[in-house]
Amino acid sequence: MPPPHRPTAALVGNPNTGKTTLFNALSGLRQRVGNYPGVTVETKKGQMTCGGRVFDVIDLPGTYSLAPRSPDEMVAVDVVLGCQKEEVRPDVVVSIVDASNLDRNLYLTTQALELGLPVVVALNMVDVAESQGIHIDAGRLSRQLGVPVVPIQANKGKGLDVLRAAIACAALDRTPAKGPSFPEAFEREVGALRETVGADTPNFLVRRLLLDVGGYTEKRLVDRLGPGGAETLKAARGRMAAAGCPTPGVEARTRYSWIREATAGCVQRPAKRFVTWTDRIDKVLTHKLWGTLVFLALMFVVFQSIFTWAKPLMDGIDYGKDVLADWLRDLMPAGPLTSLLLDGVLKGVGSVLVFLPQILILFGFIAILEDCGYMARAAFLMDKLMSRCGLSGKSFIPMLSSVACAVPGIMAARVIENRRDRLATILTAPLMSCSARLPVYVLLIGAFMSPPRFSWWVSGLTMFLMYSIGLVVAPIVALTLKRTLLRGETPAFVMEMPLYKIPSVRTVLRRMYDSGMAFVVRAGTLILASMVLVWALLYFPRAEGPNGQLYDVHLAHLEDELKDLQKQKEAAGDGAPSELTDAIEAKEKEANAVQGEWQRQSLLGRAGLAIEPAVRPLGWDWKIGVAALASFPAREVVVGTLGVIYNEGKVKSDDVMEAENVGETRLARAMQDAKWEGTDRPVFTTPTALSLMVFFALCCQCASTLAVIRRETLSWGWPAFTFVYMTVLAYIGALAVYQIGRLFL
Amino acid sequence: MATPSLDQLRPGGRGRITRIDGEDGLVQRLMEMGLLEGEEVEVVGFAPMGDPMEVRLGDYRLSLRRVEAARVHVEPL
Repeated sequence: MPPPHRPTAALVGNPNTGKTTLFNALSGLRQRVGNYPGVTVETKKGQMTCGGRVFDVIDLPGTYSLAPRSPDEMVAVDVVLGCQKEEVRPDVVVSIVDASNLDRNLYLTTQALELGLPVVVALNMVDVAESQGIHIDAGRLSRQLGVPVVPIQANKGKGLDVLRAAIACAALDRTPAKGPSFPEAFEREVGALRETVGADTPNFLVRRLLLDVGGYTEKRLVDRLGPGGAETLKAARGRMAAAGCPTPGVEARTRYSWIREATAGCVQRPAKRFVTWTDRIDKVLTHKLWGTLVFLALMFVVFQSIFTWAKPLMDGIDYGKDVLADWLRDLMPAGPLTSLLLDGVLKGVGSVLVFLPQILILFGFIAILEDCGYMARAAFLMDKLMSRCGLSGKSFIPMLSSVACAVPGIMAARVIENRRDRLATILTAPLMSCSARLPVYVLLIGAFMSPPRFSWWVSGLTMFLMYSIGLVVAPIVALTLKRTLLRGETPAFVMEMPLYKIPSVRTVLRRMYDSGMAFVVRAGTLILASMVLVWALLYFPRAEGPNGQLYDVHLAHLEDELKDLQKQKEAAGDGAPSELTDAIEAKEKEANAVQGEWQRQSLLGRAGLAIEPAVRPLGWDWKIGVAALASFPAREVVVGTLGVIYNEGKVKSDDVMEAENVGETRLARAMQDAKWEGTDRPVFTTPTALSLMVFFALCCQCASTLAVIRRETLSWGWPAFTFVYMTVLAYIGALAVYQIGRLFL
Repeated sequence: MATPSLDQLRPGGRGRITRIDGEDGLVQRLMEMGLLEGEEVEVVGFAPMGDPMEVRLGDYRLSLRRVEAARVHVEPL
């Protein structure tokens, strides 16, 4: 038996009208996100109670118009028309409008009136309008529009009870609203088209088919017109133009003149426009010099917060994970299960949670910037620069964030409405030099590009060049994508510069919570799975070492002995005999050797050996190959893997970062001393070190990034594409650097 | 006589829209945003790198790129 039908209200409105604030206020804390196949936009669904009756509320993406030009924009239309498979058709449309900008906002309302559903207008921000001397007679407006108009202040929770009652009433009443009447010539063509397209197509779509030249409705429905469908449409539009109502002008003209008539007598405006706070603030914030300075200062704070301030929290999570792992290791017997739990699952969970501080902080900032109205200014200031790079003004924050970490950066690309711009940003953000690359650079520069090998300035220059690689390559890739895979008409940039307002704490917290959940629940599971996979590749086959013991058992045994020795040393205090210190060192060496041996014979180690011919031209031996392969979960893992492989134990990337002289660390020494097997030729020459760094600058050895791309694009194709193109670039880059470097250095 | 396009006005300059060129999605969007024949627009200013620009239309302000504004012809006021 199907569940009883629960009435549903859909929320539509322009961007920056307080739609999300209203949705949060109506539906409370219980919300869920709706995704649809093939598109990247989401809808949110919550519930509200009115008079003991429970309603579903759907929050549709903010839009200026219901004239869809892309699959993403089509979602809102499909949902309200009941054409979206996963959703039932709403019973009532709530059109939220900004009272301080009534006419422009009512444009979308007039489209909503034609959906064949009851409509309720929520007149938001009446207080802001009043402060500008704009008074609206809601009762009269309601009579003129023919639908209920409820004045509200969503941010203060005012008028919501009346709004709920009006929604409930409209849902029961079920009388469809009626929109403006269009010229006769247009209606005649709609009637004719309707017969060809078929009666099962909603009237709204037939009208869109005629009005939206090159729109998405045309793409979807033109086949229904039979052979020569495009000509049929063209002829119909031609007849309309001949009758004096050409597309696209006819729609805007009809709607705006209807709106003007409807609002006449309902709205009192001051004789002279008030100079608003927004005007005054904007004098500074969009000023050539001051605006740029404020923008740069703000971006610096955002960047600092995710690069530096998030660090203690991330370290805390890391520390907690280590403490838990140590505690469990003592508790559990050595074996595959323990190893899976500690090195696979626990490490995986830790590496998911470790991203949370950055994501929450960044989305807190983004929510504040969007809610207060600054985001539109940021896009305004940066559009020229970013559009030259094949991106858009709103790509700036995602790209900047990616310099700290691509994961929050890619998630931040949600602020970009246009699908192609958003994809171009998502696909190139991982090229920005993120903080996980830093330990790799520090280790290799410290070991091979510093005094005494080179003058003091070479290390700084190398670091600078490594950071520049991303800044140069990302725009090239973005421009190339825009001309190939993501080709299409340039999206209209035109947007409203909204009024500044105080951001709502609730909206900001909600946004942070949602982004955190989206990451942990959907990207987190994937990251965890990839961690477990890499663990298995390093653990199996569970072979016996030279002494006939299984590697992990042997290693656990050695570590226990090591612990005993350390305890003895501690107990002895300052008077510990030097033999004890030597014994500890010897034991450490033994353990490291076993671990190295174990890793070398693992599935991944064997794969590294197998791919040696492929990495040889990059100047790498198979050990570097293994390290590069094993760093798939995250780039900085390469430091740890190099440590294990060079029998120096599990070197943590922080040890490298905090070392006073990196070139003097044991790992660096081991790498400097490494020789090609069976020769005295050192493995790490300058070209090899550079080739390895360039590889890591360009590659996408970061499972978390790929998982987030999968989550944000809802496709496996894009993460696969990103991985392949970046790996190919990295290989070519490393190859070029090594082969050219070999000639000169 | 050719009328100037919106992007040719100076900051603070005002004009009345006389026509909008083309019939593609961009023009549709411009019209949806309220840029229609007969409307009065005022140029608020240009972004630091000279593009995009900001205009005022009645109660609200829009930001649009110069290539978009070039479609909008105005009679200076």
